[in-house]
Amino acid sequence: MKVAVCIKQVPDVEARLRVAKDGRWIDEEDLSFVTNESDRYALEEGLKIAEATSGEVVVVSLGPDRVKDALKKALAVGAARAMFLKDPAFAGGDAIATARALAAAIRRENFDLVLTGSQSDDVGYGSTGSLLAGHLGWPHAWLVIGLEIEAGGKTAQVKREMESGMNEIFRLNLPAVIEIQAGINHPRYASLKGIMGANKKPIEEVNAEALGLGADAVGLAGSRLEIVSVAFPESGTGAQILTGDAATAAQALVNKLRQEARVI
Amino acid sequence: MSNNVWAVLQLRDGQVSRAALETIAAAQKLAAATGGKAEAVVLGSGVADAATAAAGRDLAAVHVADHADLAGYTPGAFIGALAPALRAAQPAFVVFAHTYQTVDYAPRLAHEIGAGLLPQITGFTSDAGSLLFSRPILGGKLQAKVKVRGEGTVIVSIQSGAFSSDSAAVASAPAPIQALADLSQIKPEREILGIEEVGGDQIDLTKSEIIVAVGRGIGGADKLGPVEDLAKALGAEIGASRPVIDSGWLPRDRQIGSSGQTVAPKLYVALGISGAIQHLVGMKASTCVVAINKDPGAPIFAVANYGIVGDVHEILPAFTAAVKAAKGA
Repeated sequence: MKVAVCIKQVPDVEARLRVAKDGRWIDEEDLSFVTNESDRYALEEGLKIAEATSGEVVVVSLGPDRVKDALKKALAVGAARAMFLKDPAFAGGDAIATARALAAAIRRENFDLVLTGSQSDDVGYGSTGSLLAGHLGWPHAWLVIGLEIEAGGKTAQVKREMESGMNEIFRLNLPAVIEIQAGINHPRYASLKGIMGANKKPIEEVNAEALGLGADAVGLAGSRLEIVSVAFPESGTGAQILTGDAATAAQALVNKLRQEARVI
Repeated sequence: MSNNVWAVLQLRDGQVSRAALETIAAAQKLAAATGGKAEAVVLGSGVADAATAAAGRDLAAVHVADHADLAGYTPGAFIGALAPALRAAQPAFVVFAHTYQTVDYAPRLAHEIGAGLLPQITGFTSDAGSLLFSRPILGGKLQAKVKVRGEGTVIVSIQSGAFSSDSAAVASAPAPIQALADLSQIKPEREILGIEEVGGDQIDLTKSEIIVAVGRGIGGADKLGPVEDLAKALGAEIGASRPVIDSGWLPRDRQIGSSGQTVAPKLYVALGISGAIQHLVGMKASTCVVAINKDPGAPIFAVANYGIVGDVHEILPAFTAAVKAAKGA
């Protein structure tokens, strides 16, 4: 099967974050970026399917120059080639504008399956894959924790997470857009050979014009949402912070738990 | 386009749930800001009781889609029921509870009717008719203020607990109940094969009085020894946030959060847990929360009663020793 896997490069959420000077986003200088967590699981799922069906994975991403690193990492673990949606006009897009651009790129080829992560760890709209499915006119499923291709690639059995520890299992016709949840598999690491080989694999750069999209259809201009400002939440009623070395802080904590909270 | 606001109610066992009341409360509040009326939609099979219950709230109308194919959820059926009605009514906003069910189909519905999409809001402010919505970003570490651009309906989903179900205003007279006119486009495209419960014999953390929970910051399965020592000293059960489970450091029946168990112990000790919103919804009802984390900006500190900023591996043995000494005394 020919599988497209859409990935997003996001700030490392474990990193110390600072608000940018204009207050509209975080300061990206000196920030480390990683491939979005659930997207790494989507990529692994795509690679497994491609291996089982003698197919290939094409990895797709949209973003600024730095995204090339994320694409190279995907090529290093086994994707055959990459599509890089790169255009200043794509900047500031919401899920609607981004899905429109991804759909235009994916529609140029005949894919049997599209995989995405369920949610990005930065803006977290959790809807780009479903919107992409809308553009392609394909079925979709979100928060997928089990995927089995059936009937020679005509259908798939999908397990989807629901609230309160229940999973729903159903069958979908392919092609479809399947939005993968973290934990579905164990993403592989790149081998040295894979890393060396990645440099020879093609990364195709496409801009809005090449996709037949006007500047008003993509990026902020094509969006229904605009982030006006970002800020750290006011801590207000936050924790009493106990200070000192480990022993001092731990003793102070135990005293509080016994005498103030009376819970131990 | 009208300036009305529709609330799409997610039922639980055929009844109006707390999430549905929160959805009504949010729609009422938004309608007050747009100058329109709040209306509700009830979808399902045999939902007359739920429609009557919803009509007891202060709503201009309760729309009902009662159809055999809506008995269980599938996106094709739910979108098929809602899309024609929303295209005809063109409300300013359509409000959903932000649940695993609605996130599966709200984006697709937005695409179908050409609406905007604003997921997971925690609140909004209105200044001279212009609305500014708040939503968590970057794992809840920051909050973004978002405005809507362009014209046409916007589909909004509300974070659980962000709008109080108690604030859903009650009607002086019941709202009129109307059947949705066009149910011809309902087409379930998923063949449902079954529902499974994750781990039937799972550990029930909901009864635990004290829980020691670990997050990604603990560093690995080989670092759990000192955690077990603390749990033993406190007489606690061990829980975990999702990344720990996904990494295979602890079994899935230890997971706390929106896709795991919802707990409310008298003491909750969060070790190396940053406090993503999906985790917080599963433990925020705890009586006393202790957070130990190296990042002073971790959102867990905002919901904790007591915190220590530092290396969890250094603090853990000291904490366990202090607990043992206090209990021995």
